[in-house]
Amino acid sequence: MIKFFLMVNKQGQTRLSRYYEHVEIHKRTMLEAEVIKNCLSRSKDQCSFIEYKDFKLVYRQYAALFVVVGINETENEMAVYELIHNFVEVLDKYFSRVSELDIMFNLDRVHIILDEMVLNGCIVETNRNRILAPLFVLDKVAEN
Amino acid sequence: MSDVVERTLSALPGLLGQHDPGAGPGGAAGPGRVSATSRLGSLIRSITALTSKHEEEKLIQQELTSLKATVSAPTTTLRLMKECMVRLIYCEMLGYESSFGYIHAIKLAQQGNLLEKRVGYLAVSLFLHENHELLLLLVNTVVKDLQSTNLVEVCMALTIVSQIFPREMIPAVLPLIEDKLQHSKEIIRRKAVQALYKFYLIAPNQVQHIHDKFRKALCDRDVGVMAASLHIYLQMVKEDSSGYKDLTGSFVTILKQVVGGKLPIDFNYHSVPAPWLQIQLLRILGLLGKDDPRTSELMYDVLDESLRRAEINHNITYAILFECVQTIYTIHPKSELLEKAAKCIGKFVLSSKINLKYLGLKALTYVIQQDPNLALQHQMTIIECLDHPDPIIKRETLELLYRITNGQNVIVIVQKMLDYLKQSKEEYTIISLAGKVAELAEKYAPDNEWFIQTMNAVFSVGGDVVHPDIPNNFLRLLAEGFDDGKEDEQLRLYAVQSYLALLEEEDAFYPQKFLQVMSWVLGEYSSLVTDVDPEIILTRLHRLLKKTFVTAETKAWIMAAVTKIASRTTSSKTVDKLIREFSTSLDTCMRQYAFELKHLCEDKVLMKSLFPFDASCNDIVVDASLSFLDGFVAEVLGHGAAPYKPHHQRQEEKLSQEKALNFEPYGLSFASSMSSSGFTGRQSPTGLSFGSDTSGNSAETGHKETNSLKLDGVKKLWGKEGYLPKKENKIGKEDEALTVPRGSLLAGHVADPPVSQSDQVATFSEEEKEKQQLASTLFVGLGSNAGVSLMGKADMAVQKFKRKSKINETQNTEETPDIQNSAALALGPLLDTLPSNKEGHEGNEHTRLRKASLDSSDTTEDNLAFEKPQSLKKPGLDNRLLDSRLSSSSLFADSNIEIFHPSPSAQCESASKTLLAPSLPGELAELPHSEVVELCQSDDLALHLCKVWTDDSLLLTMFVSNKNTSALNDVNLVFEKAEHFQILESPAYQFSVIEAQSVEHCQQCVQMDKICTQGNLPGSINYQSGMETHLEFSITLSLLDFIRPMEMTTEDFGKLWLSLANDVKQNLKMSSSQDSFSAALNTLQQKLKLHIVDIIGNEGILACQLLPSVPCLLHCRIHAGMLALWFRSPCSALPDSLLYQCQKVMEES
Repeated sequence: MIKFFLMVNKQGQTRLSRYYEHVEIHKRTMLEAEVIKNCLSRSKDQCSFIEYKDFKLVYRQYAALFVVVGINETENEMAVYELIHNFVEVLDKYFSRVSELDIMFNLDRVHIILDEMVLNGCIVETNRNRILAPLFVLDKVAEN
Repeated sequence: MSDVVERTLSALPGLLGQHDPGAGPGGAAGPGRVSATSRLGSLIRSITALTSKHEEEKLIQQELTSLKATVSAPTTTLRLMKECMVRLIYCEMLGYESSFGYIHAIKLAQQGNLLEKRVGYLAVSLFLHENHELLLLLVNTVVKDLQSTNLVEVCMALTIVSQIFPREMIPAVLPLIEDKLQHSKEIIRRKAVQALYKFYLIAPNQVQHIHDKFRKALCDRDVGVMAASLHIYLQMVKEDSSGYKDLTGSFVTILKQVVGGKLPIDFNYHSVPAPWLQIQLLRILGLLGKDDPRTSELMYDVLDESLRRAEINHNITYAILFECVQTIYTIHPKSELLEKAAKCIGKFVLSSKINLKYLGLKALTYVIQQDPNLALQHQMTIIECLDHPDPIIKRETLELLYRITNGQNVIVIVQKMLDYLKQSKEEYTIISLAGKVAELAEKYAPDNEWFIQTMNAVFSVGGDVVHPDIPNNFLRLLAEGFDDGKEDEQLRLYAVQSYLALLEEEDAFYPQKFLQVMSWVLGEYSSLVTDVDPEIILTRLHRLLKKTFVTAETKAWIMAAVTKIASRTTSSKTVDKLIREFSTSLDTCMRQYAFELKHLCEDKVLMKSLFPFDASCNDIVVDASLSFLDGFVAEVLGHGAAPYKPHHQRQEEKLSQEKALNFEPYGLSFASSMSSSGFTGRQSPTGLSFGSDTSGNSAETGHKETNSLKLDGVKKLWGKEGYLPKKENKIGKEDEALTVPRGSLLAGHVADPPVSQSDQVATFSEEEKEKQQLASTLFVGLGSNAGVSLMGKADMAVQKFKRKSKINETQNTEETPDIQNSAALALGPLLDTLPSNKEGHEGNEHTRLRKASLDSSDTTEDNLAFEKPQSLKKPGLDNRLLDSRLSSSSLFADSNIEIFHPSPSAQCESASKTLLAPSLPGELAELPHSEVVELCQSDDLALHLCKVWTDDSLLLTMFVSNKNTSALNDVNLVFEKAEHFQILESPAYQFSVIEAQSVEHCQQCVQMDKICTQGNLPGSINYQSGMETHLEFSITLSLLDFIRPMEMTTEDFGKLWLSLANDVKQNLKMSSSQDSFSAALNTLQQKLKLHIVDIIGNEGILACQLLPSVPCLLHCRIHAGMLALWFRSPCSALPDSLLYQCQKVMEES
């Protein structure tokens, strides 16, 4: 099961956070700080999975932005590792070349995309067209 | 693709400087971008410009103030509100609570047009948690949107429902969502299934009736809908795989199609077809095939194909392969596949990519438990990983080694683990690793010195974070000893010597727990050391007492040790000095100890008898009932003192006095019984024994109370039948002593190193040789070429510190000296696990079985005469039978009771076709029972079942009919272990012979072990007829099979009600047919076997019990066409399940 999905930049600023198990707000910031510290302390040739407390972190770095996913032991690390990439590819398709600022200025849309892909800590959709379909409809309506 | 992303992202810092961010990089794409001049735009700009936490706080506080004003202003448009929500999401994301906005998020979801609504829902799902009270306000909006003609709105509503929804409101939306399963659009169907998955997670009972719809979803023509249903199936199969074996074929076919590339191309990810879907299917197959050769057979082909197809060198194919390997090793093994899977693991482990290596180690760790030989194949890689620069890889390798530890490699492996432990700073890692080291040390220790040294290392490195079990177990091990007295003594002696050496150093620092262990051991066993003056030991302990880092708790341990040692010396200067010093201590505890010690020292004889040597394991007798106080209590009561009331009772009383209106039903009813002293049992085992009349019988009360009293180290000496003799225990000990293998201690270091690669050794460099050597020490005792023993055997032979019998173990947990305090406090809710009242049933069962066998001759005659199985459907017959048979005290005494038929079993159609119709023997036939249904049949025999509901148990009467013309021999009926149920007595029954064309029967008494509304009890029947035949069957048992009415008075009810902690409330809509209150109550009485205790106006109280004796009380009230139900029970799961049955019954009627 996926416990949380984070996007944090190298400065440790959270750009997106979604928790699939309730965590209190002040504990979230602490957790995020620790998580990013853990990720930053690792070099490129070390493995992308970290054991952290009683769960695991799977992370992937895109330029200055880390995508970090917390999972429990039932999840397949590599499948989650690729899920991250799939997510970034979807963002890339939607924003045609995504950047950190796209994510910041469209936080709601990024959340909507993520909600289509992951629900209740389960991977529910990975087909790019289907992930984006509801958002495209919303955009079209907003345009008119 | 990823390169592109990375390039774009790396160009960012530049962009940030040059451009106006609002119009910036995002501005080009897509509609509806944020304008730079908007408030959101400026917030984002400010956030990116932040340089310190302090600045952030200032900025967000300002933002929150302005947001607070904006959201509550009536002029705020929905469009602006949407923007405000995104700003609020930002604030919360940065860690600043903005609860003032929650209600506006709900409003936005309610009022906004599409995108605004979506953002409203999004904000709700981000802000609120599952149990937030505001969530209830969302329900109406969701219901409205679910009925909307706009598909986008329906989609949103379904999404929010599958994210967050109040459990108690599920009935409000469930029918709407069920409808959506037939929707023409795939996305709606898919999301509906996702919503049902959510419901299944939070309230499985509520969706129990739509399991067939899940099956439909699994067969949906759309891939997405099918994939969504797999989440539900994975969960259900995880909980109980036996119910879904018939779907194996479907899962296999689906996987075959996916692997074969039959899905639309857009499901591909990097040209791999639907990888995450494949993984999901592989997991389900693994669970289904586990320990089930027949089901596993079905999936060998597709697993083979999966392995073959995953050739492309991409991460995602490795993810699939990993899952595939796990599945192959989980299901019933097939050697050909295992070989391929093993080869596949090689690909992982040998990969230069570190992520794959990690995955390979993980797979190897899993697989190695089935096949230790694989460790030998990869031993050199494992050695390399052990020294890998990445600590994560190291950690995973240690995990692997932990699984292959045996008596011969334990020293090397534990050393490696300790090395890692010493470098580790993460608390969680330390706890888990220290636990593992301690476990291995205890299991495989080759000698005393090593064991003590290793434990010393665990205590000093693990510090005070180690699990409290570790010191507890260690001390228990020392105290209990093993089979060999001499060996015990040596171990203790060595421990004492090693601690004395450790304490010699003046400035050494040790963790508190370690100091506690040391002081206990020194106190108990220091006299074993003959060459050290006790004075020296006392000085060292004394020195510790003055250290500032020693906590008060540890000081208490040290004082205890000093006292014990002092009892064995005639006079000691150190003790005198210590007494003098601490008699004036500011620490009151220390002063108390010092005074105690002083007085004890004055009477050495008494002191000696108080602290006998090596008696920590002996039982201490304590009068838990405090009966010696009876005289005192009676005297004080005689002088007019108020009787003692337990805390909760006092509180209840206080509350009821404070309230102007008494909302708590029966809140005052106990006042009448207040004249009695004695205390009310909150969780008494029978559920009915509350309070006692005088203090005279307080001994009995004390006994009842043992459940909730903390009685460390107290042995139960007095039972209901009087004094419980100690014999039992002794016998257990002796038996065990005989069975424990002895003399295996020297078998430690034999075994040649594996020679698989020995011919290459010559060419290896120094370093390589070292590794080889390490390998030979690590993998000794594994696999076939090691020759000595496989893991399992090694366990048996080399285990040094074998625990004594189980009985002892559990008892001693309570008897270990007060280090257990913390554990003992956590006694927790006692009745959550059902008490198994075995003895009560055994007696009954014996007589029944005897009767049954006597009856069997009659039955066979009956059976030949086509008699239809008797049923209780005819109420007239029923009543007569019940009236005549059952005494007035019977729980079924209500004459208008109707026996509920829990499982409408489909098989009963075929039952009538069989020639041999079984029926119950006379005695049982007169008890309430179900119809006889067929469970399974073959050419030779048929198995039928009839449930008999006796007052105190559920009897499963199993009929085996021989359809052959010759007799069947040795027919074995075996029940498997079921999660929820327990067969009393033996789960197997053997019919030595069943004559041709005849029926035999047997009975099994079943109890519900873990509460569920419905569950399966699997079993099988074996017989010889030419060849060995094996038939499987499964019996569906409902909660109602185990529910019996419970008779009590209104007063008892009131008392019991107050003492129960778990309650569940629910309002049910009453259908028109049951508008009268009494009609509704009668339905409950008849269908659920509840006993109506009393009806007062529009309120009623009912009681029932779950066998053997867990009460459940129900208070119901009618109010505006709604029936308000309020359950209470000592067991938390019971009210929920019973409520579900009530709902079902009320809907049906």
